[in-house]
Order: sequence, then C-alpha cells, then structure tokens
Amino acid sequence: MNFNPALIVPELYQFLLIMALFVQSLGSREWQPHTERWMPIFAGLGFMVSMVSFGSEGLMFWGAYKVDLISQFFKVAVAGGFFVAVVNASRQPSLAEAKRADYYMFLALSAWGLMLLSSAVELITIYVALELSSYSLYAVIPLRSKDKGAAEAALKYILFGAMATAVALYGFSYILASQHTTYVAELAAKSWAWADSPLAVVGLSMFLAGMFYKLALFPFHFWCPDVYQGASNETAAYVATLPKLGAVVVLVRLAALLKPGLEVTTILAVLGAVSMTYGNLAALAQKDVKRLLGFSSVAHAGYVMVGLVAGTAMGLAAAAFYSMAYVVMNLLCFWVLGRVGSDGRNISLDDLKGLHKKAPGLALSLAVGAFALVGLPPTVGFIGKFFLITAAWNHGYNWLVITLAVNSAIAIFYYLSLVRYAYAEEGEASNAVVPDNSMFSVAGAGILAALVLVLGLIPAPIFDFAVQAGKILLP
Amino acid sequence: MDVGYPVLTCLIFFPLAAAAGLFLIRGEAVVRGYTMAVSIFELILAVPLIWFKLDSQFQFVERVSWVPQWGLEYYLGVDGISILMVMLTLVILPLCVMCSWTYISKRVKEFHFCLLFMTAACVGVFTALDLVLFYVFWEAMLIPMYLLIAVWGGDERRYASIKFFLYTLAGSTLLLVAIVAFRIAGGTFSIPELMQQSFSFRFQFWAFLAMALAFAIKVPMFPFHTWLPAAHVQAPSAGSVILAAVLLKMGTYGFLRFCLPLTPAASQYFAPMMIAISIVSILYGGWVALGQEDIKKLVAYSSVAHMGFVTLGIFLFTLRGVEGALFQMLNHGIVTGALFMMVGCVYERSHSREIKNNMGMGKYLPAFMGFWGLFALSSFGFPGTNSFVGEILVFVATFEVNAWLGAFLVPGALLAAAYMFRVSMKMAWGEPSAAKNWKDLNSREWAYCVVPAVFVLVIGLAPGYVFKMIDPSIDKLLADFKGRSQVQRVETETPMRTAALDLFAGDASAKN
Repeated sequence: MNFNPALIVPELYQFLLIMALFVQSLGSREWQPHTERWMPIFAGLGFMVSMVSFGSEGLMFWGAYKVDLISQFFKVAVAGGFFVAVVNASRQPSLAEAKRADYYMFLALSAWGLMLLSSAVELITIYVALELSSYSLYAVIPLRSKDKGAAEAALKYILFGAMATAVALYGFSYILASQHTTYVAELAAKSWAWADSPLAVVGLSMFLAGMFYKLALFPFHFWCPDVYQGASNETAAYVATLPKLGAVVVLVRLAALLKPGLEVTTILAVLGAVSMTYGNLAALAQKDVKRLLGFSSVAHAGYVMVGLVAGTAMGLAAAAFYSMAYVVMNLLCFWVLGRVGSDGRNISLDDLKGLHKKAPGLALSLAVGAFALVGLPPTVGFIGKFFLITAAWNHGYNWLVITLAVNSAIAIFYYLSLVRYAYAEEGEASNAVVPDNSMFSVAGAGILAALVLVLGLIPAPIFDFAVQAGKILLP
Repeated sequence: MDVGYPVLTCLIFFPLAAAAGLFLIRGEAVVRGYTMAVSIFELILAVPLIWFKLDSQFQFVERVSWVPQWGLEYYLGVDGISILMVMLTLVILPLCVMCSWTYISKRVKEFHFCLLFMTAACVGVFTALDLVLFYVFWEAMLIPMYLLIAVWGGDERRYASIKFFLYTLAGSTLLLVAIVAFRIAGGTFSIPELMQQSFSFRFQFWAFLAMALAFAIKVPMFPFHTWLPAAHVQAPSAGSVILAAVLLKMGTYGFLRFCLPLTPAASQYFAPMMIAISIVSILYGGWVALGQEDIKKLVAYSSVAHMGFVTLGIFLFTLRGVEGALFQMLNHGIVTGALFMMVGCVYERSHSREIKNNMGMGKYLPAFMGFWGLFALSSFGFPGTNSFVGEILVFVATFEVNAWLGAFLVPGALLAAAYMFRVSMKMAWGEPSAAKNWKDLNSREWAYCVVPAVFVLVIGLAPGYVFKMIDPSIDKLLADFKGRSQVQRVETETPMRTAALDLFAGDASAKN
C-alpha cells in the first residue's frame, strides 16, 4: 500500500481534532474545557496546516486517493470555511451546553469527509467520503434546543439524502456493469455517448444525482429551504456552504467525462438552467431570510453548472472559483443573520427593518453580501460570474450563458429587498430583534465583507491556482 | 502631458477615499462642509484636463494589468467624446452638495457618502477603456443611486427606486454577455483595440441588440422610459440632478463609444429603427410633458424628449448630427440639472411640486424666476442659449438627410416651447397661493444657480471652444464608421434567422 502520511497532513490533523472532540464528548460532565473556546483556535490552525501542505502531490491507496492541486485548493477552502463556521458557531445560543463537544465533533467529521472527498478519484471512495460528510450532518441539524422545526428539517434531510444515495448507488452499479472500472481516470478514457454505452450514461446521470442532492440542484433541492429554515442559524451557515464545495469538487473531477455535446452534459446544462430560474423565481416570494438564501443556493448551484459544462480547464477553474466565492458570500450573509438573531431565532425580512441604525456594521456587511450574491461589481460574486460567462461562451451552451445573465435580473429583486429592509424601510419590527453589536460580531462581519470585496478586486492570485488545478484535469 | 500624478485615477479614487473619511467625522454641518471641500478639491485635481490636446487620441491614458489570466486591464483615458462628460460630472458634484444643504436633513453622512461614491463611479464609466472595467463602474453606480432614491426620496420612493434598479440592471445583464462575446471574438477587452477589428454581421447584429437594450434603457428611449419619471419625481433634488445630468448621458455615451465603433454595420442596419424610436421619444415626451401638473414630472418628460434629439443625432451618422448630439448631451446636463435644482429650491418653500401650489412667483421671487426663465428658454432651445446650438445642429443634420424626417422634428420643438412656456407662465404670473411669504434666493441658492447660468450663456454665445474639443474625435469616429460599415454591407440575407441558428448552434466563428 503506497501510503505517505506527509501528503495528507490536513486530513490527519482534522482526524486528530475529531479524536480530541470524541474524547471530550465521552468525558465526565464535570471535566469540561469549553469547546467553543478552544475549537476556533484549533480550527484556525487547521486552516494554516492546509495552506502549508498546498503544493503536495501524489497518488495513494492503489490510485484511489489523489493529492493534487485541485484537491489541495478545495482542502484549503474547506478548512477555511470550517474555521469560519466554527467561529460563527462559537456563540450559538440555541445549542445546549452539554452537547457542544458532540456538535463540533460532527461538524469536524463532516468537514473531514469533504476533505477526503476532494482527493477521492475512485467512485467507491467518492461515495464513502460523501456519506461520511452527509451522515454527520444528519446528526447536527436537529441540534437546536426547544425547536421542533429542527427535527423536521433533519428528517427531511435524511429522507432526501437516503433517496439520493440510493439512486446514486443504483447508478453506480450501471457504470460498473458497462464500463468495468471505478477509477475516474480510466472512466475518462471510455466513451460516454448514448450511442456507444447507453447503460453507462444512465448510470452516470443517476450517480450524479448524489452530487446534485448535496449541491441542491433542481430537482434535488426540495430539502434545501426547509433545512435552512429548520436548522439553527449557525448550522445552516455550515450546511449552506461547505457541502457544496464537496459536490463541486466531485463534479469538477467527473467533468473529464462530460465533454460538451454529450447527452449527460446537456442534462447538466438543462438542470442548471432550470435550477437557476426556479431558484430565483421561488426566492422572490420568501419572507424568511434563511429560506430566501436557501432558494438562492438552488440558483447558485445552477450557476456553477455553467462552468462545468464548458469542458475546458478555464471552465473548471471558473466553477471552482465560483464555488469558493459562493462559500465566502454565504458565510458572510449567514454570519450577519446569526448575529442579528442573537437569541437564535429565525430572521424574517421584517426583522431587518432599521438595521442600519441598530447595527450599522452588520447592515453594511449584509449589503455587501447581498450585492455580491447578485453579482454586482466590485465584489467576488461579480468576478466569479464574469469568469463563468467568459469560460462558457462559445462552447456550445450559449443559451445557458444567456439564461445565467437574465437570471441576475430576476435575482436582484429579492437580494435588493435584503438591502432595502436593512436601509430604506422605516419603522420597527413588532417583536424587535436585538442585534449583537459586540466587537466579535462586527469584526467578523467586517473581515468577511472585506474578503468579498478584496477577492473581487484582486482575484488573480486565487484564480491562478484554480486555473493550474483545472489544467491538470483538462490539459 | 505629464502632471506628476495620474489624473484620472485620482479623480476616481479621491472621492472614494474621501467618502470613507466621512465615517470619521461627526456633526451635520461638518459633514456638509467637508463634502463641499472635497468636491472643490476634486475640481482642482481635474485642472490638468485643461491641457487636453485637441486631437482624436485618447489622452491621460493609464494602463495596468488587472487579471492577466483573462486579459482584464485597468485602462483609463479620455478623448473628445468623454472629456466633456467627465467635466460635467465634476461640476455637478459641488452643485449637488449645495442644493441639498437644507433639503436633506436625515442621515446626512450617508447621503454625502452616496454622492461621492456616485461621482467616482460616473467618472469611471466615462473614462474606462476596458470593457469590463466599464461594466464594473456602470453597475457600481446603481447602488448609490438606488439608495439616494430609496432613502431620501418622496412618498413613493420604494416603488420608484425598485423600478429604477430593476430596469437598469435588467438592461445591463445582457451587456455583460455582449462584452464577453467581444472578448471571445476579438481577443481583448480593450476598447481602442476592438475598434480596429471587424466582426461578422451576424455577430454585430446580436452584440448591437444586447448593448442597445442596456443603453436605450439608460437614455431612456421611448418604450423603456417609464422608470424615469417615477425615479425623478421621487428622488431628492441632488439625486434628480445627477440622474438627469450624468446618468442619462451614459446611455448615449454608450451608443457613441460602443455601438458605432464596434458594431458599425449593425448600427447602420438598425439606424432606421433607432431614428424612428428617437422621433417617437421626442414627440411623445413633449406631448406628455404638456399635460403634467407636477413640475418635476414635466421636467422629467422633457428629458425624454431632449434625449430623443441626442439619439436621433447619433444615428444620423453625419458630422453635424453627432456634434449636435454631443452638444445636446452637455447642454441637457447643464440645463435639466439646473431646472431640477430650482424645483428643489421652490419645493423647500412650498413643500409641493404641483404647479398650482407654486404660482405667481414673478413678483415675490424675481431672482428665482429670472433664473428659471433663463433655464426654461434654454431648455427649448432659444437662440443665444446653449441648447440652441445642439438642437439646431441636429435639426440641420436631419433636414440634410431627409426633409420629411426633419418635418417630424418641428412639432417636437414647438411642443418643447409650449410646455415650458405653460409652466413658466403659471409660475411667474399665476394667481399666487402662498408665494407672498416666501423669501427670494439666498446666497447659497444664488451660487448654485449662477454656475449653470454662466455655462448656459457662455456655451450658447461662444460654442467654438467646445467644437474644437469634440470635432477631432467625432471626425475619427465617423471616418472609422463609414470605412467599416461599407465593408460589411454584404450579409444582409435574413440576419434574424442566421443569427438565431448561430446562437443555438453555438458557432464559434463570430470573427470574420
């Protein structure tokens, strides 16, 4: 077994973190170092570790586990996102004191699954890593004290997840039956045209359903708004962001199979178009901000497809970059939501009224986040969308690009209403929320907002990594 | 001309830096004074623009790589077409600060933040020579304008601000796709370099439509004009002034900067349609303005008509026409901006924009009515004022092209005189309602009325210098245009069908 621990330092670190949390969760109730205090520090350290091991490359476990630029890019993104999610969750009011260690353990486990997923280049490995990250989330979502909605959300998530998994496994059996291999590199050499191997095309489409479920792509999105709404703000912040990275990395790896013009690629493009249009239209009617962001996720899942179907290194780079941008923008929005609803409640649009007065810093950050999600310059949302459009134009799916552009015009209405309620609407909400105006809350929002702006103004360094990574897969 | 500092960059980033500085200071009076000082300093920064060389080259060029992977550049420069717009933007800023001195009483700091942000974005739009950079500024400007209307607007501000945002954003989404398509077909985002290339007619056809939609909404041209009266009426004075003086110009600037040089054959192909829409805008805008009871709405509809003259002049493709259009852009900015400031000025006294509540001021507010009269005369192109120069050029150009076409303009000009006389007459000599107790202009109001009045007369009586600035660029624009639209007059067979096929087949052969 060709195993080299030096290559998988981030995963090992994360695993040790999980073990530590596991030990603490077993420990007696009297002996409780405050998890929410030490966890952010160690998660931050994990981010550093993932950065340090950025350049490493290698193939392990008989070719099933590949450490390359693309996996390291996503590991850095996952570790960074995990760090922010942990910091965000460190002031979670709706989490019982006794369950903190378990909560963080499951979060860490899920992030670990995503890290493994970003290196997996073999279908069974992909499947196992995907399930690892999903199962932990099933346990985390209902952890919202005194809220039955959270249990309902968890149930929906499990049922949908189980269904999507079943479909994916079934599709996997077809792929194996017709292509006789499970290694992505070998699969890429086979033909995926309907005329040559219809069984494999059906199988691949079904296998992709597992990813679509994670990504909340239409028609596997039904859980998304409900789960965001039911889960606590902090949990939703995690569920809305990192798992999408995992789905995108698998899709990016499988993109070697998805040449433009193939039936399965066209399915992806059509689902992308439907997803963005449906997500944006449905979001127009939402009053609960988390539901609104849920449908916005559905739309954004569609946007990512634009880069994936282009079939070029630039397209993959754009998709990877956009998924990272999406994570940053959503972490920002959920950060603000968590702080505005400082008692752990769900925030409706009405609750945002007068936010500019009560919490100017949070209001400004929310505005930055909302305009970034629309794709207005000079934010990372704009530059990401611009990369997508540029990469995909003239690669056979121009109608998809135009759908993407037109969707921005639909989306502006509901994102703008976030800003409108925060800035322009007069009057107070009936049961007024008390935003958290502490240094911690405003500084966190400010840093994330600055990140959104800086990545939008100077995207070149990060994008360079994405392009190099994309060139590995599609030279 | 090297002046030791990057002029255009400073003009864009100084207001932004100053806007950030607003958060450090306290007190309303201090904020107003600070912004005023900033706007004056911004004008001083712009002094080197006086040494603009009178030729067609892009000047004050700054070019730095931005995102090398995609060939994005930070590329600025001005030529005869844009320099006037930059100057207009800069002159408007201190006037806006002055006319909101007492008009704006809530959230003063944020208001001035929006003004400064707005100025930076507008200067950026007029100076950007990289398509994506242009788009960045073009979109960035929406946010402060939205806030100006949504926060400091009138009673219907919610409706008006959302309508403004939706219309303009919807128009510009396809502009981004067009920009990307230019890059794929032409290999660069640099506007001067793209101007050297020729594209297939099918490509031009779609690119023109995508760009024209964005610009036509911004201008606004007839079927897309409905956001304008709503936005103008609800916006605070300063917002209306910027909207009228600067924002609307971006649409026509876009036509001149992008449609004519980049898609000449398609511009030629669509010219009859654009001319027809322009004439409809002139007649319809004038006709509707005649029926308004709200002074601000009247001025807003008059804008639709005036901008119709501009687009008409552009799509005649003659020297006189484009000269007239550019002149009209400048003049409309000065005059309509001034009229909106005066409406704001009287609104502070009467708290109403209805004509019937603002009558009979001739006796009690002579200075106010004097300025109003001057701007009103200029608005309908009275000889000796600045608008006359632009309008007469468009007239002449239209008659040169086709006398029948010109015949449509005569009622347009008559309507302009009619609605302006109607409102001015009532305001000056109508039955006074409460005007007896109002004070005439104070010194601050004098200041912001005198500045545009000076421009009205100077440009009206001595337009020669302006011609010298704009002519070389217009000559070059039209020479390029004529040369390149002729080459391309071949593929006229069913462009619609071939273009549609092209789009859905995803054909990569957009370039000739």
